[in-house]
Amino acid sequence: MSAIYILWLRELKRYTRSRVQIVASLGQPMLYLLVLGFGMGPVFQRAGAGSYLQFVAPGVIGMTVLFSSIFSGLGLLWDRQFGFLKETLVAPVPRLQIMIGRTLGGATVAVIQGLLVTLVCVIAGFRPVNLVIFPVVLVFMILIAAVFAALGVAIGSSLQDMQGFQLIMNFLVMPIFFLSGALFPLAGLPKALTWATSADPLSYGIDGMRSVLLGVSHYGAALDVEVLVVVAAVLLVFGAHRFSKIEI
Amino acid sequence: MIRVSHLVKTFGTFTAVNDVSFDVAEGEIFAFLGPNGAGKTTTIKMLTTMLKPTSGEMELDGLDPRVHQNEARQRFGIVFQDPSLDGDLTAAENMEIHGVLYHVPRKVRHQRSEELLKLFELWDRRGDQVKKFSGGMKRRLEIARGFLHTPKILFLDEPTLGLDPQSRNQLWTHVKKINETERVTVFLTTHYMDEADRVAHRIGVIDHGKLVAQGTPKAIKEQTCTENLEDAFLKLTGSTIREESAGAADQMRQFAKMWSGGRR
Repeated sequence: MSAIYILWLRELKRYTRSRVQIVASLGQPMLYLLVLGFGMGPVFQRAGAGSYLQFVAPGVIGMTVLFSSIFSGLGLLWDRQFGFLKETLVAPVPRLQIMIGRTLGGATVAVIQGLLVTLVCVIAGFRPVNLVIFPVVLVFMILIAAVFAALGVAIGSSLQDMQGFQLIMNFLVMPIFFLSGALFPLAGLPKALTWATSADPLSYGIDGMRSVLLGVSHYGAALDVEVLVVVAAVLLVFGAHRFSKIEI
Repeated sequence: MIRVSHLVKTFGTFTAVNDVSFDVAEGEIFAFLGPNGAGKTTTIKMLTTMLKPTSGEMELDGLDPRVHQNEARQRFGIVFQDPSLDGDLTAAENMEIHGVLYHVPRKVRHQRSEELLKLFELWDRRGDQVKKFSGGMKRRLEIARGFLHTPKILFLDEPTLGLDPQSRNQLWTHVKKINETERVTVFLTTHYMDEADRVAHRIGVIDHGKLVAQGTPKAIKEQTCTENLEDAFLKLTGSTIREESAGAADQMRQFAKMWSGGRR
């Protein structure tokens, strides 16, 4: 247990010490929120779909949690060759504890980032419809963070070089974001896109956040939770397996 | 303390370590020398539970590292070829995490951490982030960390690579001192023959995965009829340069160098 705790604490300390990085990582979500939020606003309004800023805010929060959590896992590639990870892999501690500590740390940081962006959204004019159930949004942030931190660990354990990292970025991380319905409503899409969006776990995470923050949902909050829990469980087992196979 | 017999490791059709046998006695400093790609690091990886051998026997303090993985890990400390410190954390925090991972009780952890940081002349900088340290300081911290859980064996894989003569000298002085005071067995690799000559009690020379000579530095020089260890080494391993294909790790190492501006 103490190994899990100390590795979790390590991730948190690293996060709070990299102030520049915290500010830098808020840049992209703010760009999406402000430029798209206000830029697409008039078109969205004319289409009779209400305020685009309201609509896109949960998507931007989800995006932040996605990037932050998946990168914590992908960072394994670097960490195991030049970083601290190697030191932990020859320590007399079961691999599973090391994986859990690290993944929990990465997920915690992702949730904190998500909360920061939520704050930015509120400052920009976003208003949750129901303040009483607002804290429930944390459940969805944690689930999204768990799913993608685990996915990141699974991929990060298998990656061999930096080129692979680029490939994953362009053909996995970006598609997960764009196909999640973070930027557009999921209803009334062409068949192929409907199929693709419903195969994307992030769709359920963002849909879940919309159900809490806006009171509207495409899949229904119950299904959102179910899908996320199952996917997180499967990916955690898979990630732990891949992690146990790392050779340095 | 370390016993290796008929150790073999093959990767596909390539034999990295080919029937290597040697013993290292308790309290001894043993230098493992060889050109690039000779099998030094592969041997260390097998001894330190990072890689499974194809065949052969190994013993660390009477334990087989394959069977008693965690018990064996508790008994050795290791300094890797590539840095393995957390640059965002302070020196003291790096020590602290190591202590927790190696189940060192809190009181002992703090006390020993202080002793070692003082010994390695890092105590005044204990509260600074490691990324602000020089290459030599980082290396010293890694070695101090490796000693924290009072290991019986310390593995040092090219610990002086990229350090200036002053830092190298200081580092070996520390290693020798702790070898004497704590009776720690030291297993090291290096490309600097003068270091091996000065520090090591015994030397093993490996080439193309085979152990081609072993004995005291003096015996090896006599055996090859040479004046210094560098000449002896060249005589034993030939003067052809080993062309290693750059693997993924080497590419990243270059990348890392670029990022850190050539500093380690």
